[in-house]
Amino acid sequence: MVHQLPSWAGLAPALALAVTALVLLLIDSVDPDTTNTSLLGGVSVVGSLASLAFAVWFIFGGTGIPTSEGGVGTPVLFNGQLVVDQMALFFMIIVASVTALVTLASTDYVREHAYQAEFYALVLLAATGMSVLSAANSLATAFVALELVSLPSYALVAFLKKNRGSVEAGLKYFLIGAVSSAVFAYGISLVYAATGVLRFDGIATAIESGTVQTIVDGTVQAQSGSPAVPMSILGVGIMMVIGGVAFKIAAVPFHFWAPEAYEGAPAPISAFLSSASKAAGFVLAFRTFAVAFPIGALVSSGEALNWFVVFQVLAIATMFIGNFAAATQEKVKRMMAYSSVGHAGYILIGLAALSASGDGMAFSMSAGMAHLLVYGFMNTGAFLFIALAEYWGVGRRFEDYNGLGRQAPLACAAMTIFLFSLAGLPIGGGFFSKFYLFSATLDVGAWSLAAALVINSALSLFYYSRVVKAMWIEEPTGDRSIESYPTGLYTAIVSAAVVTVLLVPGFDYVSSLAFRAVELL
Amino acid sequence: MWVAALLAVTLFGSAAVMLSPDRYAGKLAAAVSAVPALASVYMYYVFLTQNGGAGNALLSPGEVAFGQQIPWIDLAGYQIAYYVGLDGVSMPLLALTTILTTLAIVSAWTPIDERQSQFYGLMLFMETSLIGVFAALDFFLWFVFWEGVLIPMYFLIGVWGGPRRKYAAIKFFVYTNVASLVMFAGLFALVFNTDLTSLALPAMAEAFRNASGLPTIAGFSLATISFVLMFFGFAVKVPVFPLHTWLPDAHVEAPTPVSVMLAGVLLKMGTYALLRFNFTMLAETAQALAVPLAIVGVVSVIYGAMLALAQRDLKRIVAYSSISSMGYVILGLVAFTPHGMGGATFQMVAHGLISGLMFMTVGVIYNTTHTRMVGDMSGLADRMPWTVGIFVAAAFGYMGLPLMAGFAGEFLIFQGAFDAATLGSAAPVLTSLAMFGIVVVAGYLLWAMQRTLFGGFSLETDYEVGPAAFHDVAPLAVLLLLVIALGVAPDLSYDMIQHAITPLTGGGA
Repeated sequence: MVHQLPSWAGLAPALALAVTALVLLLIDSVDPDTTNTSLLGGVSVVGSLASLAFAVWFIFGGTGIPTSEGGVGTPVLFNGQLVVDQMALFFMIIVASVTALVTLASTDYVREHAYQAEFYALVLLAATGMSVLSAANSLATAFVALELVSLPSYALVAFLKKNRGSVEAGLKYFLIGAVSSAVFAYGISLVYAATGVLRFDGIATAIESGTVQTIVDGTVQAQSGSPAVPMSILGVGIMMVIGGVAFKIAAVPFHFWAPEAYEGAPAPISAFLSSASKAAGFVLAFRTFAVAFPIGALVSSGEALNWFVVFQVLAIATMFIGNFAAATQEKVKRMMAYSSVGHAGYILIGLAALSASGDGMAFSMSAGMAHLLVYGFMNTGAFLFIALAEYWGVGRRFEDYNGLGRQAPLACAAMTIFLFSLAGLPIGGGFFSKFYLFSATLDVGAWSLAAALVINSALSLFYYSRVVKAMWIEEPTGDRSIESYPTGLYTAIVSAAVVTVLLVPGFDYVSSLAFRAVELL
Repeated sequence: MWVAALLAVTLFGSAAVMLSPDRYAGKLAAAVSAVPALASVYMYYVFLTQNGGAGNALLSPGEVAFGQQIPWIDLAGYQIAYYVGLDGVSMPLLALTTILTTLAIVSAWTPIDERQSQFYGLMLFMETSLIGVFAALDFFLWFVFWEGVLIPMYFLIGVWGGPRRKYAAIKFFVYTNVASLVMFAGLFALVFNTDLTSLALPAMAEAFRNASGLPTIAGFSLATISFVLMFFGFAVKVPVFPLHTWLPDAHVEAPTPVSVMLAGVLLKMGTYALLRFNFTMLAETAQALAVPLAIVGVVSVIYGAMLALAQRDLKRIVAYSSISSMGYVILGLVAFTPHGMGGATFQMVAHGLISGLMFMTVGVIYNTTHTRMVGDMSGLADRMPWTVGIFVAAAFGYMGLPLMAGFAGEFLIFQGAFDAATLGSAAPVLTSLAMFGIVVVAGYLLWAMQRTLFGGFSLETDYEVGPAAFHDVAPLAVLLLLVIALGVAPDLSYDMIQHAITPLTGGGA
């Protein structure tokens, strides 16, 4: 007899993060002036690693796989408001990994700052929100989780209170974020008005049956009198939900905050936002559009929004604008910020490379998930390298990195791996995930997406290699002296590089997990 | 297991060399690279004596030598594997790679004097990728190695190169990467229009050769479109006129040992891939397009030779003449006759050895005189007799002197192309035009030798000129011996090449 854990235990990865955040606040209230980075950072790293361990244990232990297929079933909480399926666990792994790397690196980065406990607690609270968002199965829980991600993020971006850039970035991020939250909430209300439910499976039932639904005792059933779903209202609602999601993942045309926020924020926070926060936005998008708005039923109804076409336009525009803007930057961090926008475009292929009947979703969406996981390591690593450069007081422009490879060969070698992997050279997992996306586009004959992916990949190699060139090929200019080699930052960067490289031989685990997760939705 | 061992030795050796102190890096790298070189000679011997009858790796995968297959990735239904194996085409190229790398590393001892551990580490990393390119039988594995070559090459040119090295490195990098992506797109357009479930090269070959009902886009069959895209991608690497502009920049700026690898092995990646993909998997399309392709080849021959004629820099002369020599390979491949394709493959090996030798010799001269300009020096023959002797021998090899490897390659290509059915009535005309290229080669090489090597001694720079060190000349001698050995007994390679080539041409001479 196998002992069955209670279903709330399925949320253990998120709970581990939440408890860690509370512990940090507890430490802070006991000793408000503590600047013991080792203690605070240590607790955060341990907490996020615990979350990672739970998620990895669950995903390989069969959580989210039906018992009929040899799994242990899917924990469903609060009448289906949260589900811990394979997809939720997959994203919890990404979130926990990035959080661990970022908090580890922060031990060096915020060593000199006041309010350290608050810093770590905010990171962990945002991570909790992302973890819960991964499991959210209704627009209501999704919205709450999304706000839990956003509010700490605004504060974190503006964490360097004395730095005008940081404060300005925080304000911009907050204003645009507030507007898009409002748009998202309005979209939710329209979807609710049209379908009568907030739970994703209920919305899907309403769209498929064409009648407004309600939830009685946790089961979805038609409302009395079977009123028809007003498809045009639903269409407007879907469009607004797309707007809210596009803000979170920094897709064109809602990307304007991203370069500002990523450049102004402390570099570990830029890493956190551009990797984990983006992943959280994508899990919301993937689950909402795959489960709640079934494309086949929407298209055959003939009236509501044909959303994969919208995503195709968004994906292509995001790829081109992100990459071309990145190619023209003079500052490394801003270049990485725009490249992060470009990568959102690649991942949007996951929702764009579909046929009108929804075929190809498992392929394209799992490709997007695989890219997000690889991206979680290579992009985090690249931003953490920038954090290291900021720690050393190296300037922000490409020229300031000149000759860095001779003074810090290990870190620069890791950065080279990140950048080449981001560009899609087969030195890191980024090559495979990009190829996976490419295959997904060709699988449904989406030639324009395939062409955009290829053109932008080629372009990206040009601007990524500018950093590589500066580090290794250019002669050092000025008198830069590197006095210390911070352990935390180095450990984080090297671990990220090792994982990025190991994802080349080990990509099968990622792609098969992602594929199964989408199939089980 | 053998191939895996070669890959592992060079990869871990590369890491070890990078971590070693500069003083020992060169010696350590030579020792590490000697292992795969000796191992591949042994493998060559085993292949020659026991496995001489192996067929084409793509058409009869059961017959490959040193094969190994381990499942790797299941990508949404497409099986990707670690799958390697050698046949009569890849075995000589693999041996060429390992031997040339060792010699290039030894030849780097004199000129490379800064950041040595990184230099030698990258050379070994490049060797790993090159071994992989020639041994891989799975498309994915092959592509990983194919792109993997770019990374060390970018640094080798960019860090240790000449005055315009940064421009040359980025041009090489972006140019060849764009080409790879174009090729990739062309190939995968086909993959997704056939019922492939495996990305193994033999499976692809079977599926593409038997593909029917391919869609038509703008009046062209998808096979034709893919062929052109793939040809474009590989032609950049070869390089073929007019896609060659990266080559003179890269060659001139690269340090000599890197030029040796670039001309000796990297260019062969392009022709090897053309043979494996375009001319094996899309053989029918290749035959239909034979005449335009042959024209491209012949134009490369003549144009490259003419450009070489106009140069003063010895390195540029050899670089442009490589374009010319690679044009012969294209001509031989499109002939689709056993001697044409076999000669083209033989020419890949022969040109690898001879151009490597030429670059190395020019490098030795440059290390001593610090100039490569014809006209800046003359009468070197008295001061460095061994080097000059080898230079003269290598130049005659380049011109196609009988009993040297270049003669066998070019002769077989001409013989095969002259009566090629694929070229029809154009065959004699195109072949004759290509033959004219040899005259030009003789012209510029004889001119350059006469000006620099003979006559009274004079030198524009104020360096002492004396005989080169033993470890500079020894690699030259080894290469020259190999060139002569292949010229005297072409069957050392040609026999196994024929076994791999005849299944493609359908037999008959």
